[in-house]
Amino acid sequence: MKALVYERSIPKFAAARVASALGGAGSRVGPLHLTDVDEPALPGPGWHRVRPRLAGICGSDLATVDAKSSRWFEGVVSFPFVPGHEVVGDLDDGTRVVLEPVLACAARGIDPPCDACAAGDNGNCERISFGCLEPGLQTGYCADTGGGWSHALVAHDSQLHTVPDAMSDEAAVMVEPAACATHAVQSSAIPEGAVVAVLGAGTLGLCSIAALRRLALPGTVIAGAKHDVQRRLAADLGADVVVAPGEMARAVRRQTRSLSVDGRLTGGADVVVDCVGSADSLEQALAVVRPKGTIVLVGMPGSVRVDLTPLWQREIRLVGSYAYRHTTFATAFELVAESRLERLVSALYPLERWREALDHAAASGRRGAVKIAFDLRSTKKRSAKP
Amino acid sequence: MPRPGFVLDVDRSTPPTLFWHGEQFRTERLPTGSRIIYPPEPLAALEDIDGAIRHALLNPLGDSQPLPSLLTSGMKLTICFDDISLPLPPMQRPDIRQRVIEAVLDMAADAGVDDVVLIAALALHRRMTEPELRHALGDRVYDSFAPSGRLTQLDAEDPEQMLHLGTTDQGEDVEISKRAATSDLIVYVNINLVAMDGGHKSVATGLASYRSLKHHHNVRTLQHSRSLMDQKRSELHTSNWRMGRHIAAQGIKIFQIETTMNTNTFPDQFSFLMKREWEWTARDRMSYMAVSRSLDRTPSRLRTTIFQGIKSPHQMTSVQAGEVEAVHEVTTANVHRQQLVEVEGQTDILTMGLPYICPYNVNSVMNPILVACLGLGYFFNLYRNKPLVREGGVLIMHHPTPRAFHPVHHPSYIDFFDQVLAQTTDPLEIEAKFETSFATDPWYIHLYRTSHAYHGVHPFYMWYWCAHALQHLGMVIIVGGDPKSVRRLGFKPASTLSDALEMASDVVGPSPTLTHLHAPPLLIADVK
Repeated sequence: MKALVYERSIPKFAAARVASALGGAGSRVGPLHLTDVDEPALPGPGWHRVRPRLAGICGSDLATVDAKSSRWFEGVVSFPFVPGHEVVGDLDDGTRVVLEPVLACAARGIDPPCDACAAGDNGNCERISFGCLEPGLQTGYCADTGGGWSHALVAHDSQLHTVPDAMSDEAAVMVEPAACATHAVQSSAIPEGAVVAVLGAGTLGLCSIAALRRLALPGTVIAGAKHDVQRRLAADLGADVVVAPGEMARAVRRQTRSLSVDGRLTGGADVVVDCVGSADSLEQALAVVRPKGTIVLVGMPGSVRVDLTPLWQREIRLVGSYAYRHTTFATAFELVAESRLERLVSALYPLERWREALDHAAASGRRGAVKIAFDLRSTKKRSAKP
Repeated sequence: MPRPGFVLDVDRSTPPTLFWHGEQFRTERLPTGSRIIYPPEPLAALEDIDGAIRHALLNPLGDSQPLPSLLTSGMKLTICFDDISLPLPPMQRPDIRQRVIEAVLDMAADAGVDDVVLIAALALHRRMTEPELRHALGDRVYDSFAPSGRLTQLDAEDPEQMLHLGTTDQGEDVEISKRAATSDLIVYVNINLVAMDGGHKSVATGLASYRSLKHHHNVRTLQHSRSLMDQKRSELHTSNWRMGRHIAAQGIKIFQIETTMNTNTFPDQFSFLMKREWEWTARDRMSYMAVSRSLDRTPSRLRTTIFQGIKSPHQMTSVQAGEVEAVHEVTTANVHRQQLVEVEGQTDILTMGLPYICPYNVNSVMNPILVACLGLGYFFNLYRNKPLVREGGVLIMHHPTPRAFHPVHHPSYIDFFDQVLAQTTDPLEIEAKFETSFATDPWYIHLYRTSHAYHGVHPFYMWYWCAHALQHLGMVIIVGGDPKSVRRLGFKPASTLSDALEMASDVVGPSPTLTHLHAPPLLIADVK
């Protein structure tokens, strides 16, 4: 079958890093390539073959393609892997499923499970490099499971969520990113009436705004959005105030009626949800959160250089938000349906046009798009056997 | 004998018409059959200004006694004066306020009055800087009063400085400066640049707080002020008059001194601005070409410095003093004597070139909200009887309209532009949804009180000032403006006048009538 495969190649990794740093696309010179591979074998009982229908391209995928990912992940991925963890696909019996990509204790055949998995916190699994599978924090980063950017992958019972008949593929492919946003909001204990600033209005930012509006009771949601389409969607999904990123501090000041000293707010937002994860966004988050406020880091940060003095002086809480609990998905399905998040899916590409797809995803905001996904619904391709 | 205002019918021999374009100029060839309204030539100045001032103080109008007889030893005297927003451009030294206040102080000194305080009647405007105060009052007055703290600027957000005087019969709160309200006499020194200024508006607005101002600085009132230059048909003035009479009914004595100026607005190097194009001499043409071309090549910051440095050779045409209403009636007649131009009928399209200055950007930046206010709030309202442009007609303004703000003077304007106008340009919706939060924002209040910032609510007032025009017009087009800024204001951008006329034809039809308001110098169109 055809699959996009990411191989361990130091020269290509370096070339992708240089190309992306120079403004080019890492995909053209990096370790990712389209090739014919065998379908992954079922690792054991409870495992199923999933034939992807749609597979989204996520910010973390782009960081991987451009070789910008943190070295932190070196011990929790295995090569070669097929990327793609935002997946809606079919089981062999025709059941349509959304993949919960975290490869936690249950999928790895580890019993008894670690404390986190026992508590339902699959995202915090302590055994993601152990058990019956090669290391891999998620499907899409594990050599044994395959990934969504192909015509087949394998998934464990614990990773599958049946898609309601009424839900479109476009909606279903939004469930995984919606689950990330759902988890971020549910685990942040947003106080009722809080002023919440959301930095970034890509997929995660927009899903977070939707989740804030439906799963919490914030007083005011301020969204920082760079592009027109993002602004429109942010407002439509429930942001009360939508501003350009450079206007965020002024907007937060006004909404919180804060004072300002040398351009620094004396107060600020109760909670800042950083859906970008860059040095700039973290710096902005620290600048607009109130003393003793909380920054929830939803966007994948990588290695950044930030002055943490305000964090120390203002006793700010900086908390990460990665993945989800298994139960998060039920809520995420509802969130997608209620907020009509399928509208965030802007363009679909066949696997063969993967470079165009990745270019489009990398420039999505500028090109008036949000979520770009691969469309793998061609029956011809699906029935092809190696 | 100066010539009155003039309405020119454009024909094929009419030379291109000068348009202000912010800190630049443009010439446009207007379609044949268009009309151009030129301001009257400057009236002769008073020959003996100090003598005229003294005469006015000694021979007051209405039921007022001469000023010296109102001044007694041991009394509490407060002299209030118009702020930096008047006159426009700021006048060459000595400023009228200096001359009048020096005369008042001489009489106060003769009477042995020691307790004298000067208040700049800012209302919610920005505080003036020391150089601005020195320019308005002169060094002698400044040095005599400022060091001892007796030269003050109204702080309408200091509850200790304000006194609530009850409400009018219409339930309007009247809250003005406590120092003024508890004085034995208020002397108000006014400059009437346009007919809107002066009268009861001087004290009831200039010394008032937000609590009081909101009763007339609101959308409904401004939509029913037709026009702001016609006191008897202006709800804004009606409300101020009610408040003024309420103030008088509380036993507060006001001795009003009003002055008028001629239309001698620009210094010699810009003398072509004061002339009608077909009367330009070779020297005027060369002067225009030189000024215009060099301005086009000058960096914008330097252009701002050049224009903000202009000091107008305005000259005083009248001064009258005494009881507020009696004084203002004469003042208004004197303003009309200088500025009224009879115009026959309305037009489908009104064009105007907007200059670099309005009341709220002296020594500052003309931001997009002020551009809107200057065009729709002020120039549109330069009429009596009927607007120059018919209902549903089109207003075409020339101005570059950059997204530029003075961060110290206009902090709330930036947020208004970015956060309010981004959501709606409807004055009623803006008033309902946003006014209170801006007006009570502690940061804006802090900057208004301690820095040189306009009050947080001030950009709202600028937008309300546009409310009548916004309700009346079918379309507003800005020629040569930054498209993003223009669209944010809710207007249409056009690159050229031809494009604008094409766009206007969608609203007013293919063969519209067009009138150009050739100002400044200022005029009031008396539309028959």
